[in-house]
Order: sequence, then structure tokens, then C-alpha cells
Amino acid sequence: MYVYDEFDRAFLGERVDDFRDQVTRRLSGELNEEEFKPLRLMNGVYLQLHAYMLRVCIPYGTLASNQLRALASVARRYDKGYGHFTTRQNIQFNWIKLSELPDAMAELAAVGIHGIQTSGNCIRNTTTDPWAGATPEEIEDPRLYAEVIRQWSTNHPEFTFLPRKFKIAITAAKHDRAAIRVHDIGLRLHRRGDETGFEVIVGGGLGRTPFVGKTIRDFLPKEDLLSYLEAILRVYNSGGRRDNIYKARIKIQVHEVGTEEFSRRVDEEWAQIREGALRLDEAAFDAIRDRFVNPAFEALDDAPAALAEALKNPDFARWHANSVGPHKVPGHAIVTISLKPVGKPPGDATADQMDGVADLADTFAYGEIRVAHEQNLTLPHVRQKDLPELWRRLDALGLATPNVGLISDIIACPGLDYCSLANTRSIPLAQRLTERFADPERIADIGRMHINISGCINACGHHHVGHIGILGVEKKEQEFYQVTLGGKGNLKTRLGELIGPAVSEEEVVDVIERIVDTYLDLRESPKETFIAAVQRLGLDPFKERAYAAR
Amino acid sequence: MTSPLQQKLKITGPTAVTANRLADGVVVWLTAAHGWSTHIGEAAVATTSEAALALLNAAHADENHAVGAYAARVAVEDGRASPANLRERIRVDGPTIAFDAAA
Amino acid sequence: MPLVKNGAVVPDPFTVVEAEGPLPEGAVTVPLARLLAEGADLAGRNSPLGVAVPNTADVRELAPHLPHLSLVVLDFPKFRDGRAYSQARLLRERLGFTGELRARGNVLRDQVLFMVRCGFDAFEIEKADDIPAFAKALATYSIFYQPTGDGRPTVASLRAGHA
Repeated sequence: MYVYDEFDRAFLGERVDDFRDQVTRRLSGELNEEEFKPLRLMNGVYLQLHAYMLRVCIPYGTLASNQLRALASVARRYDKGYGHFTTRQNIQFNWIKLSELPDAMAELAAVGIHGIQTSGNCIRNTTTDPWAGATPEEIEDPRLYAEVIRQWSTNHPEFTFLPRKFKIAITAAKHDRAAIRVHDIGLRLHRRGDETGFEVIVGGGLGRTPFVGKTIRDFLPKEDLLSYLEAILRVYNSGGRRDNIYKARIKIQVHEVGTEEFSRRVDEEWAQIREGALRLDEAAFDAIRDRFVNPAFEALDDAPAALAEALKNPDFARWHANSVGPHKVPGHAIVTISLKPVGKPPGDATADQMDGVADLADTFAYGEIRVAHEQNLTLPHVRQKDLPELWRRLDALGLATPNVGLISDIIACPGLDYCSLANTRSIPLAQRLTERFADPERIADIGRMHINISGCINACGHHHVGHIGILGVEKKEQEFYQVTLGGKGNLKTRLGELIGPAVSEEEVVDVIERIVDTYLDLRESPKETFIAAVQRLGLDPFKERAYAAR
Repeated sequence: MTSPLQQKLKITGPTAVTANRLADGVVVWLTAAHGWSTHIGEAAVATTSEAALALLNAAHADENHAVGAYAARVAVEDGRASPANLRERIRVDGPTIAFDAAA
Repeated sequence: MPLVKNGAVVPDPFTVVEAEGPLPEGAVTVPLARLLAEGADLAGRNSPLGVAVPNTADVRELAPHLPHLSLVVLDFPKFRDGRAYSQARLLRERLGFTGELRARGNVLRDQVLFMVRCGFDAFEIEKADDIPAFAKALATYSIFYQPTGDGRPTVASLRAGHA
């Protein structure tokens, strides 16, 4: 993981002082709310239904155990003892007092974390694969480039008052675990001969006008990364719409001017700055690469005897089957920790659980934790021989639900229980679905399935790319839910299609179950996944059954 | 927002004005004395658009104590306001999910 | 509005003139459209010339006129509207403008450091009382990650220096 140096630490200190001064000026009335709002947003502070919410940045989802403990401490001291992990690999605290925020931020800054640019119309936290640096399928650790982007975008003087927020995601693996096609910019690291570079995808996004991003450059040499990003951002800052907040994302600009014209403008600008100060040489990459401390992996063999023995326990085997992924180093594994226990809010963790996971990371996983886009945690480097003990200890923390990648591994936004924008609740629906689909054998039989729930059209629950997407809509002050099928959030991103009229809060869990039963009845074999069956069969059979009982 | 004083406001029933307290974000309701109370039952209730607008303007003028003010429809019983919809019920009673720290 | 340069209020010698009508004696600021239409005539005057540029304009249009311009005024109609930051960098870093680059409109202390980094060196602020706060805002940060044309050392260059 990247370890802050004296400059990074000095910057964070200055930022905390700056924000403390801004909060003081706001509380004294020197700054009015309109002036203060963008400043607090730039530090991740929202005003939600019940309180201020602090969104803390977890750069590209990587945490050290002491940082996770600091988050636990903030949850305890300044909040109500828990936090909520988000789809953008960040964490949110729901009950923060404005007057205490500077102190909470100072505590976080002491371990090198912050809320900078987790909100506001600026360049947000660059997200990446939670398996970065661990998965055998990546060509290189993408976090190096995410860190390069973090530094370039931090307090960028030109791009802090953009038309709208701006999100960048990057992946280096065959499987996209970072949803790069639904970001303002998606970067896919790949090789051409001996050269490393990026496919650059622009203008993806969900929200009320979902678009799958368009590739505007197949291969951008890595030394040109920042000049090219700066060119895109300049074209966007100068020409993105500012007359309508719903049309201000770059996806609308790309759509309205056309991909070709947009890319021509970027190229024209890029030609002017490509050879300039932003060009990255090997020394520049090395300087940042040197700040990454990677675990000193033990020399171990794959499939140790202890593991084979433990796999005879069906409960362990079930958890192992969907929580453990292959690691690039023999004798190691990647473990996903489900934050989706049956009946609990998706993505939430208590302070005690955070401390518990930090301890487990120290004991079993070289002290490193990741936050995954699916609102789960990941231990990227676990010795295979430790998996049985890790599982027992996770179970004791209530964190060994064997549902990773399955139907109850639901992505849900905070919804109307917390969010001032929401129309309907999301979390209680997720809870009811996990209760309906609580039987581990049944959910294993249903197989790979992503349900995504958004409590309003802003789509923070990414319902468009859920295999089953659920969008809450309000009708006459009652909660209704629209259901879409067939969405996918990977490199072959597809937006789901609406199956019909919205269904009531009472009906929706039954409707989902009937859709799932339809799949179980119609699949060619247990090998045919839900999404494959939807693609083969189309919506009609699902539609028919979903509404049959009405 | 320091919105310019609003000129028009259409209400559909008894209406109170609510906001979040500046320093800690706690949900507050505008009282008849143009102060802020954490109890919805102490909220001033307007039954005409003019009266609701007057409350809202008073709230906006007091942004150094409470922010994000808006007019919310309320139910009234024995002269005291209570939430009339899910959103306001959640703001008054808290999330509808168990959020005890014990997982 | 007080004009601030180098941390002090200075007199503003420029008279703002409209799109049409006779020009007064002395330094004037004309709207962009007038500069583009009457550039040659305006350049022939024997007084400093300024231009006020809307934030929707492509500043590259100014290129042929820059040798005759002492002042470019860029506009922040709302502080949230950041287009003039890009215009400023293009003027300084691409087009090599060395005259006064002035921020007008909704200019707040919490933005002034960003403006300076993009090349602004003059600010029309609401109250002269704010000057100490502006000076303080400029000193808020000593660490800068990205290169701009302002010449401040970046973290990368400092790291290289330390290595």
C-alpha cells in the first residue's frame, strides 16, 4: 500500500486546518450557507435527513489495519458506532456534528486518511479493482496509476469547480471489478507489445440518464496519462453544460457533441500539452512506486493439507466456494468478507467489526484491507493455511455469511432512511430480500446473481446494471418499486430493461421471488446463470410470471 | 441556501417548516415565535399559503441557526403537528431499520 | 469594487466601456465583441487597453490582440462556475499573456489560491476589509501536487530534489 511521505502528510495537515477555519467561519456566520456548502462538500460533508454525513475517502479502496481502526474510532467517538461502505470504495458516517467534524478529520489525518474530494463538483476518489496487487489476472498493479491520478487531481486549481462531479475508475485485470464503463472516465490498463498503456473510456454513468462509456482511445501510452486526462477535463470544464444540473455530467457533453467530435477536441488540446510538464517518465513512476509497501509474501505451497481437511466441513466449504479467490502468489488467497449478513443493512459495519477485521488483517493478511465496489471488504493477501481459522473468527464477528456474489449480496444505496434525495427506502427492502433468500443451499443453487437497489433516480445503488435492478419511486406518498432485468456492470456493461409497471412495497419481494423461480424453472441446467438465461429467454417469461398473481 | 425570499408557495394541507440545526444537523421545526424546536409538536402550523410562506421566509432568514429549510405537510391533532408522510416520520423517529451497534 | 493586486488595494485606471459609443480618454476595458470588431482601431489608441471576456468565449480568439492588451478581465458569474480557470491557464500558459489577468464577479477568498495558481494576479473583491483574509488564504497551502504555469514547485519536483 501507498505510504504517505512528509509532503502528503503536510498537505493533509494544511487541509484539516483549512477546513477547521471554514467551519469556524460558518458557525460564526461569516460564511453563509451557500458559500459554505461547496467547501464542506469538497471535504465530503453532506447534510442528510438526520444529521451531517461525512464521506471518508479510501483511496482506490486500500486500507491499512491502523486506518481501519481509526475509522472504527471515528464511528465510536463522533458517530453512533457504525459506518457504511459505499460502491465507490469509500465509507460514510451518518451522524456527524458539524462542530465536531474538524476533530474527526484531524484524527483521520493522523493516519493519512481524509474526506477530500469525496463530494462536490471536482475529481473524486479514483476507484479500482479491490483485488489489485493480488489477482493473477492483472498485468500490473493499477493502484500505482490510481495514486498518480490522486496526486494530480488533489486540489487541482483548474478542475475544482467543474460543471458536475467527476469519477475515474481504473482496472488492469481481465475481469472488471471497478465498473469502468459506467464512470466519467474508465481506464483499462493493457499491453501493446512491450508497452503499457490505457484504453480510455469516456462518458459512462448511471443516474437519471444512464450511458455506457465510449472508447475514445484504444491505447494511451502510460507516460501520457496525466496530459490526456488534463485535456479531457479541460474540454469538459470549458464546454460541459452548466445550465441544467441533470445535463451537466460529461456523459451528456459526449452524447450531445458526439463521441468523434469530443475525441477530436480532446486530441486537439492534448497535442498542445502532451510534451509538457505533465509527461510522466519512469523516474516519476518510480518515485510513487517506491512509496508502495508490498507484503513480504511467505514461500508457501498451494492447497495445504490443513485446508483440504477443513474443506470436509460443508459450512466452511460453502463459504470457501464463494468468498475465496485465487492469488498471484502460491499458498495465498483473496478473501471477500461479506457485509451482507441476513437482515442487516448492506455495507454497514460496526466499530467492533471494523476493529475485528483490522485485527484479522494483522494476524492473517499482512495488515491490509480493501473495500470492494459491491460494498464488501476484502482481505487481499491471506495464507491459504489460515483460511479455516480466519473463517471461524469472521463467523464470530458475524461476517462469514456465505453469500458473496449470490442473490443476497445486494448493493443498496442508503435510501430514504438517511438520504435527503431519496424517494423510497432501500435498506429495509434489501433486508427483507436477504431474509427471503436466507437459505444458503437455496442461494447457492440460484447461483451468481446481482440485485441492485436505488431509492431514487440518482441511481447510487446502480440499479441499471443489476441482473435484477430495483428502483424506488414514490406514488402519492407510497413507496413503489420498478424492476429491471438483464443489467450487467462488467466490461460488457449493459443496462437492464424495465419489465413493467412499478409494484408496491408489499408486493416487491414476492415479485423478485417469482422472477427467480421462473429462472430456476426455465434454465437449461444449473450451469446457466440467471443473467445468461435472461439474455437467452428475453423478458417475456419473467414478465408474465412476475405479474401473474396480480 | 440563501434563497431569495420566495414569492409563492402552494400548500396542500396543514404545513410546518423544518430544517437541520447548523451546528449538529439535528432536525428542527420552526415555532410560532420563529425559534427552532427539536419537537415537531411545537412547530408552528400554517393553514394558508401566505402563512406558510411567511414561516418559510422567516426560516430562510435564520440560516445561521438552521439550514436547508423547507415546508412540510403535517398532520394536526389537538392543535399539535405530527408527521404526515414517511419522509417526515423518518426524520422525526429515525431510520426504520434497527441501527443498534450490535451486529 | 476594490481592486487587489499583490495583497494591496490599488486604484483601477481602467474605465469600463460598453459595446458601442465613443471611447473616453485613458485606459479602457472593452467587451470582447468590440475588441474583435474594432481591434485595429483600439490598438492604435495611445492608452492601455483591456478586454472583458465572458466565460463562454474561446480565449484563443484573443491571440492576435494580446500584444496590444494590458488587461484581460475574466468573469466568475457564480463562484461555482469554474470556466474562467481554464481560460486563465490558456491565456498564461498557451498564449503567453503577461499583462494583468483580473478576476471579476463572485470572487471568494476560498477560491483565490486556485485563481493565482491558474495565472490571475488581480482581483475585484467586495470589501477592502477582506484583504487580510485574502492574504491568509494565499498562505493556506504550501504543498501543490500538480504543475501549472505559476512556477510553484510541485510535490514531485520536491521529492526529486530530496532524492
